[in-house]
Amino acid sequence: MNRSMITKGLLIALPMLAISACSSTSDADAEAQRIADQAAANAAAAQQAAQDAVQTDTIQAIALTAEEKLVEMYTSAILETTINFEFDQSVISPKYALILDAHAKYLVNNTDKSITVEGHADELGTPEYNIALGERRGLAVSTYLENMGVAASQITVVSYGEEKPVNLGHNEMARSENRRAELVY
Amino acid sequence: MLARFMMTLILVAVSFNASARLEILITEGVNSARPIAVVPFKWLGKGKKPQNFSEIIAADLQRSGKFSPLSIEKMPKTPSSSKDVDYAAWTQLGIEAIVMGEVKPDETTSGKYVVTFELLDILTGNVNMPDFDPIMDKRRNTVTTTQLRQYAHRISDIVYEKLTGERGAFLTRIAYVAIDRSSSHPYQLRISDYDGEGEKLVLRSKQPIMSPSWSPDGRKLAYVSFEKRRSQIYVQDLYTQKRELMTSFPKINGSPSWSPDGTKLALVLSKDGQPEIYTFDIKTKALKRLTNNRVIDTEPNWTPDGNSIIFSSERGGRAQIYQVSLTTGETKRLTWQGDINLGGTVTPDGDNLVMVSRHNGNYMIAVQDLESGELRTLTKTQLDESPSIAPNGSMIIYSTVYKNKQGLALVSMDGRFKANIPANNGEVKSPAWSPFLQ
Repeated sequence: MNRSMITKGLLIALPMLAISACSSTSDADAEAQRIADQAAANAAAAQQAAQDAVQTDTIQAIALTAEEKLVEMYTSAILETTINFEFDQSVISPKYALILDAHAKYLVNNTDKSITVEGHADELGTPEYNIALGERRGLAVSTYLENMGVAASQITVVSYGEEKPVNLGHNEMARSENRRAELVY
Repeated sequence: MLARFMMTLILVAVSFNASARLEILITEGVNSARPIAVVPFKWLGKGKKPQNFSEIIAADLQRSGKFSPLSIEKMPKTPSSSKDVDYAAWTQLGIEAIVMGEVKPDETTSGKYVVTFELLDILTGNVNMPDFDPIMDKRRNTVTTTQLRQYAHRISDIVYEKLTGERGAFLTRIAYVAIDRSSSHPYQLRISDYDGEGEKLVLRSKQPIMSPSWSPDGRKLAYVSFEKRRSQIYVQDLYTQKRELMTSFPKINGSPSWSPDGTKLALVLSKDGQPEIYTFDIKTKALKRLTNNRVIDTEPNWTPDGNSIIFSSERGGRAQIYQVSLTTGETKRLTWQGDINLGGTVTPDGDNLVMVSRHNGNYMIAVQDLESGELRTLTKTQLDESPSIAPNGSMIIYSTVYKNKQGLALVSMDGRFKANIPANNGEVKSPAWSPFLQ
């Protein structure tokens, strides 16, 4: 599993979790004014400090990374986005419940966010049949998320059948990796 | 018995001058193919001869499974005209017919060649009776450099038709999907001659392309494209490049198949729940739903008479092939053998069903006699899919995994001859054989 890609996807999707919103303006005059004001304030503060008997300073808080914040809220399962399936099956194994529950919770908390569930199949069986099978897997995931309270309008299912394998091999190991649904934000 | 065993081991590699390389694998020992001779065409110009006609013609005829061309080393002589033929020598070798010819540069126009060929009936010639002419066909044509290869296939078509009474399908094309992962647009729709030569790119995309289907006039292709990150069905004119969006419903838009009269597409949509079979009128965009149940229905294909559609369905448990009548709406199951059967197409004569049949976990190309129900598997490899039948019903092109890569292969309808067409770069799949193109 490619964690960095997943993380990137989530980071794009989750700008509200960024440490702080940086207010910037493209207006050069306003920026110059802001710098001038800041300098004046600094000068005043320095003058005040020189007169005070005690002086204080700040240190930076130890901030969590965006991933760590996500994990704190939704458990480490939120970073997993692939659900694998048995041959010719679209039943979700109980071992994926933690992952789907984490994403469901996130989507319920962030109703402005939406997700695409990509259904995929291995190379066995015809490409056209595998499109249908991939959709069945995507829908199984979609139904699970909806049962956990996610609005149907937040979910899109797209089946790519056998057209986008993650493992290009032609053996059982490759096939078991390719039978999957992927959650894409 | 030993001879039979030996035959199964013979691997004849026929290499052509271009990049593609066909390997013809004779997989069955009992050889009832008719012995013929294709004599190397005599080059009457200077320098290297422009195209190896006899090699192309012999390969065409052999691949049909109906002929067994004599190897050049075994030929008693290599005549180029009927005047020089020693009929007795060819009769002794059991040769039924002989093809020969000459190629010479056109004296008036450079870049053009005059090609003559003759097809002779050896038995008639050997009997030597004045009322019976051994010359079955004789033609002379002026062809340009770029037409040389096509003209060789044209000769194959003529020979095939004269000797079998059936129309030849060597001057046809195939459309297929190639995946070149080193390209910025890895998903590619390409067209080549039926033997993999003369490849041309007609569409490339960053997202998958699937299920090409030819219009009956050979001018357009319908296919599925994921270019908008969802499935949509397009029709593309191959001569003008013009593309037209056909369907873009929510969920699956898949498996387009052109009706024999060219007015409709059969296709799969899952907008109302499960994947169901529909017909779609290309002009009016009217949809008509043909199936309605809670399982997968997919892979529609028209019967040659245009009166019904066969499709794959899981309504009986595992996927099997069914037929629905467009007049009565009546549906019947066609396949009963094999774990699952997928991707069915009816042969042009309407007598047989060609499909992918799974036996013991292997996906093989099989043909079922629609009247008797008898099923024969034609291929023995593990993952053979997407069979597409030549317009004369003589051969099937399909996708297979070959040397750990997905590539195309040909098999004659009797299963005796197989030829792999390895991809030049990347992997290739989903072949679609064109209709007759002239």
